[in-house]
Amino acid sequence: MQNRLDELFKRKDRQLLSIYLTAGFPRIDSTVPLIRSLEEAGADFLEVGFPFSDPLADGPVIQETSSIAIRNGMNLRLLLGQLAGARNGISIPLILMGYLNPVLQMGMGTFCRKTEESGVSGVIIPDLPPEEYRDKYRELFNRHKLHMIFLVTPGTTVERIRMLDNLGSGFIYAVSASSTTGRQESFSREQEQYLEKLGSLDLGNPVMTGFGIHNRNTLETVWKHTSGAIIGTAYLKALKEAGSPDEAARSLFGRLGVASR
Amino acid sequence: MNRLIDNKGFYGEFGGSWVPEMLYPNIEQLASSYEAILESTSFKDRFNSLLKDYAGRPTPLFLAESLSGALGAKIYLKREDLCHTGSHKLNNVIGQALVAMEMNKREVIAETGAGQHGVATATVCALLDLPCRVFMGEKDVQRQQPNVLRMKMLGAEVVPVSSGSRTLKDATNEAIRYWINHPEVYYLIGSTIGPHPYPDLVARLQSVISAEMKIQLMEKKGRPDPDIIVACVGGGSNAAGTFYHYIADEKVKLVGAEAAGEGVGSGKTAATIATGSAGIIHGCRTLMMQDGGGQILEAHSVSAGLDYPGIGPLHSYLHRTGRARYLAVTDKEAVEAAHLLTRLEGIIPALESAHAIAALHKLQFRESDIIVVNLSGRGDKDMDTYIESMQKRHQ
Repeated sequence: MQNRLDELFKRKDRQLLSIYLTAGFPRIDSTVPLIRSLEEAGADFLEVGFPFSDPLADGPVIQETSSIAIRNGMNLRLLLGQLAGARNGISIPLILMGYLNPVLQMGMGTFCRKTEESGVSGVIIPDLPPEEYRDKYRELFNRHKLHMIFLVTPGTTVERIRMLDNLGSGFIYAVSASSTTGRQESFSREQEQYLEKLGSLDLGNPVMTGFGIHNRNTLETVWKHTSGAIIGTAYLKALKEAGSPDEAARSLFGRLGVASR
Repeated sequence: MNRLIDNKGFYGEFGGSWVPEMLYPNIEQLASSYEAILESTSFKDRFNSLLKDYAGRPTPLFLAESLSGALGAKIYLKREDLCHTGSHKLNNVIGQALVAMEMNKREVIAETGAGQHGVATATVCALLDLPCRVFMGEKDVQRQQPNVLRMKMLGAEVVPVSSGSRTLKDATNEAIRYWINHPEVYYLIGSTIGPHPYPDLVARLQSVISAEMKIQLMEKKGRPDPDIIVACVGGGSNAAGTFYHYIADEKVKLVGAEAAGEGVGSGKTAATIATGSAGIIHGCRTLMMQDGGGQILEAHSVSAGLDYPGIGPLHSYLHRTGRARYLAVTDKEAVEAAHLLTRLEGIIPALESAHAIAALHKLQFRESDIIVVNLSGRGDKDMDTYIESMQKRHQ
């Protein structure tokens, strides 16, 4: 399977920077302009979150942006339409991220077809059990050239990490702590040991680390041990404070000590 | 009886464990240990002893003669309202608190809507000297001050939840998030909802209700089985316990009363079976109220205990297979039934239980039929609603 994400990882496998945004936040038509501004600023790829009313694994900032997005009228169908319409103007890889229920209501077959048509490279569905994916949906995802990306946490056993590495593709999403997003201020020694362990397991997929990365220090820790960083809460906070998408990207990249292009 | 779930925690197509990886180790730890604990002699002895001497079990099975006369059948009330703390909730809490201790968990968290489960949890945690933190939607904190104060008096910390609709659904989300961040605590769920193994765990702990009914009916009527069993259903724990030992016996008709709120078609309802469809709520595949895009809707019922947009997977399964029938009862019908029972039998029921009484009017039965209604809780907590309804009558 080859899509934009594979091409990216072939070209670059260290110091990657990926940003998460909530589709439909702050406004219903914000999604595509935000994607363009982040691409412009130099993000390597993006996770586009489709909102859910009950986001169990997310911290307060993503919860709040999800509620606002739902109130704005955002839904999965609309988002896929927006992405398909802008497909030719976006060249960095996109990953869709969200909870299972909206996907099930659309139907997994329709979801995969429309996701492929909108130019998306992969999908993260935190509450889809791996066994369910293996037994029911794996072939469907392969047919549509979509990566299924699994999460691992400090509580995931090595045996299970290897199982998820074999089952999933694209990359492994390493959650930096057994916590909901946006909680910790800096990485502890235990967290760093966990990232070090992931780096040493010689997994088949690259490892991208997310949750709690918000400054140069946390970014460097993550870059040192894994392929790259995923930043959600810190970006959404910047977006809430900024006057424009470009200003939000500049402000975040500034805090991370990464030069915008 | 045979296990109702398969080894992955499914009742047919419903149930299972649909949780993010962050929660997987917590759930896995409980799922792999709860059965051995429930079957151990040390657990059973302690559980049964506390049910008897602390909760006050067995609860009576009372022949409601005036109600029977008015409706034309032999109607028995299973008096869960006489349990310590005023409802069946305590059965589950005692059991899970003992499971927590067996698992060496020394701190308990819980979600609560009206506060009944929160009070029951705070009570048992006071008894067993376990620190206790109860998550409660901000709206419910305001509406249910007496229960908030009870919990505090019992030593629990009440955490107001300001996310989402600020009710039970969001209190549950917040409790789950806290558990993700603090995997060392025990999450004590209050109903037959959530990821496997909770629906099975809670149903088994509540099954003491139907186990007692069998013995009591045998004593009173010389047969263990009634013709019809009626119980109200929110998440479904009291109904699960009341149905449990009769599910395999197809002769016994099982009836659940769900909350229609202002009416099934009103948009202000909690009638999940009547208006819902299959989806994932709180880590469980079950029938739930959702919009076309898969967003979970807010439920509405005069009864805070039935005000949940999902239903336990056991009930989705019993409905889908036709084993149980679920009737929708409106706010108005429930309040009227509460007044009826109060005047005829001198028992003020909880609004939840009043839904089960009201469902009797929607059933057809013979004079000789034996009906057991689970009177899941007492009505003290609902006096404001009842007083308001009396004032309206006098106007």
